[in-house]
Order: sequence, then structure tokens, then C-alpha cells
Amino acid sequence: MKQLGTESNIKLIDEKGLRIDGRSPEELRPIKIEVDVLNRADGSALIEWGGNKILAAVYGPREAYPKHNQDINKAIVKARYNMEAYSVDERKRPGPDRRSMEISKVLSEALETAIMVEQFPRAQIDVFIEVMQADAGTRIAGLTAASVALAAAGIPMRDFVAGCTAGKVDGQIVLDLCKEEDNFGQADLPIAIMPKSGRIVLLQMDGDLTVEEVEKATGMIMGAIKKIAEIQRNALLTKFSVTQTEGGE
Amino acid sequence: MTKIREIVLPGDPIDLKGAKARNGLYKNAEGVYCSSYFGVIQRGDQSVDVVPFTGTYMPRRGDKVIGKIIEIGPSMWIVDIGAPYASLMHMNDVPWRSSSGDLKRSLNVGEFVYAKVLSTNEINESWLTLKDVGLRKLEGGSVISIPSPKVPRVIGKGGNMVNLIKDSTQTRIMVGQNGLIWLDGAPENVMLAISAIEMVKNEAHTVGLTDRIAEFLKSKKGETVGN
Repeated sequence: MKQLGTESNIKLIDEKGLRIDGRSPEELRPIKIEVDVLNRADGSALIEWGGNKILAAVYGPREAYPKHNQDINKAIVKARYNMEAYSVDERKRPGPDRRSMEISKVLSEALETAIMVEQFPRAQIDVFIEVMQADAGTRIAGLTAASVALAAAGIPMRDFVAGCTAGKVDGQIVLDLCKEEDNFGQADLPIAIMPKSGRIVLLQMDGDLTVEEVEKATGMIMGAIKKIAEIQRNALLTKFSVTQTEGGE
Repeated sequence: MTKIREIVLPGDPIDLKGAKARNGLYKNAEGVYCSSYFGVIQRGDQSVDVVPFTGTYMPRRGDKVIGKIIEIGPSMWIVDIGAPYASLMHMNDVPWRSSSGDLKRSLNVGEFVYAKVLSTNEINESWLTLKDVGLRKLEGGSVISIPSPKVPRVIGKGGNMVNLIKDSTQTRIMVGQNGLIWLDGAPENVMLAISAIEMVKNEAHTVGLTDRIAEFLKSKKGETVGN
């Protein structure tokens, strides 16, 4: 790289078909999830997904305030996606902005599908998603961590929520974009599903893809989510691994 | 506990083996029963439950709970019982006579009560009563909190766990279904009882816990006598 920001001369996929960070087109970045990292939260999870470092904390269900926001039939899920000022290369102006408010909304709705909100009328479930280090795909990484934190908080859910991105880079469909591919690629398609039923709870697209490309990308994501769901399960199970040695079958 | 404790996660299908699904399970679109919690399966003779590792308390009629008075209305006390919603206690539901507007004379903000859930409704409002044997205002002592799904483990089969802790630490203990526990006694005894309860909380999902707690209390007692 000679000059940062000059997009034309960056080659995202080399002659061998490997990507800028050495991955193959269908390879995920390394993912690590740690559960219950915060004592005061009802449930929390820290996810490290490639260069992303995201903390998710869950509080509640508790009575919804202000009172006019209460729903007599179900709990309201309030996810707050927030990027720290130091999470990106150039300082991000702190506080909510257009982008983070949109992401908060779609994440709330994605989580609400999985949570049994009808069990907690008039209540509110708070999910705080703090991006401490961003490296593309923060919304689905935050969502993946948030669903683990919800399970750790003992909130009844139909299923986990797990997500992944795919995109078009140098004319080729690749899985799990990294920062350079996200910035200089042609399209980005984050999808989140409930892994057991395969129901889609979040789907957004940035850039243009043909129908065939969307199908190919979706197929890749569906395969990757199986692996991500396994990482989510193991993160929770390792916390109670005592059982396997002491109380297991 | 001789039962096998099998861990499940939300959405995991559960083989009922002919028994009936009870708490913590739901039927998915294909009609298969699945877990709705991260917890352990508890198989009874006729029913299957999923007991979550943690979670908030939801009031049920007849539960005996410990609550903290957080607000006083003209004829009601508003009580925090650790549920998502505050609970109400009307002045007619206490065993002493109180007149409207003068409720704080008998029970003030910040004080604790050991009360029973009188009724609940479909939007999870609940009312408490102090009119039953053993229910009272809690004076002195200290209150700690554990996740409500772990309360059955602290009580033990037929109360053997809590009695063990009571007897060997010589403290008075009251366990509310909502996970609040009131303890009273000499400070060092209370501290020991708290550490025993913490141990139960942290190892609630293991087998043979009562024996380990007995051992733990014995060793700690030996220490104090030795000093």
C-alpha cells in the first residue's frame, strides 16, 4: 500500500484467490466469545471477531420507563448499539448518530423475534452493545454476542440469533468481509438468522448484487452460521463445564 | 440429588420420553418441544421441566417472598420483591390496625417484610399479604440476594440444606422464593452462613452438594475454634 485512501490501486484478491488478510473466499475470521464478563449486568458477553471487540450487556426484564412506552401485551426490547470514539482509525464523534440509531432499531427487532416477549407485559429488556474496536461486520458481531448475553441472563428465548456477512469484492462473492474489503468492496450483505429454524431476523444490503449473487452469498452465510452457532453454544457451556466432570452422566 | 443434570440451551429440542412438558419448554412450529432457557433438564415421573441457571423472579400466588418497602401510598405499601414490577400491599392485608395516611408509622420505606403473594393477574401485577402464620416485618439482620431459580437448592430437599446452615452457624435464616435471604445472628456467624449460601449458588448445578456444604461448614468451624 503506497497511499491510504487511494482505492484504485488496492488489490483485494490476489492471483492465488486469497484475500487481503490471507483467507480463502469462504473462510471466517477467528471468533471468540466469553460469557459473563460483567458482574453488575444480568448477563454479558464479550466477542472478539477478527479485529472486532464488542461487549454486550443485558439488563432486565424490568419495568419499562417512561410509562407511556410500556406495552400491555409484551416486553419491549431496547438494544443500544454504540461505537466508542476510539473504536475506529479516525476518532468517531461520540454519541448516537444516524447510523447507530438505525442499527439499534434493527438489532432490537431481530432480538425481539427470538425473545419470548409475551411473558413479560409492561417490561423492558435493555441490551447494550458497545463496540470497543471496529473491523467491519460490527452489527452482526454485536447481535451474536447480545444473544449469548440474553441466554446468560436467563431470559426465555425461542432460539439464539447468529449472524454473518458476505459481500462482493473484486467481482467475487466472499464471506465475512474485513475492513479493507468492506471499505473498498462493491457490496456488503449482513444476515442474521435463528439457527435452529433458519428464520431470517435481519437482512440488510449495501451496494448492488444480482439475484444469483445474493443466492450464493446467502448460501455461504447459512453454512457459516452453523459454525457461529456452535461457538455461541460452547461459550455458554464452558462456563458450566464443572457439570461434565461432577454431575454429568 | 441422584438425578442426571443435563444442560440445554434455548431452542434445543427435548425428548420428553412420554412425560408432560411443564415449565421452561415451548412447542415450536413443527410441534417439537424445545427449551426456552439456558439451564438444566429436570425429569420427574410425569413431567419435564427446564430450570434456568439464572433469571428474574416472577410472582406466583402463594409464594412466600422477602420484599423491601420502596414507597408508601395513602392506603398501600409499594414493595420491591425483585420482580420486573413492584408489588402492592394494602393496609387491610397486615395483621395490625393502621389508619389511612399513617402507614409509615408501622412500616417505613427501606424496611423489609416476609410476605405472601396474595394474588397476581395477567399483566403481572401482584398483591402481598402479611396475614398468615410466620409472616412478619423483618427487624434487624441483613438481607442478601441470589438468583431465584437457585432458591430450591438453598432450601434443599425438605429444607435440609437451609437447616444444615442454620444449625451449624447458629443464625436465623429466612429464604424468600424470590431469591432474597434474610439472616440474623452474630456477625461472624452471618458471614459464614453467607459464604455457605454463595457456595450453594455457585455450585447449584452439581450433585452431592449438601455433603460438601457440611464439610465446608465443619472446616470453617474448626478454624474459629482453633483460633
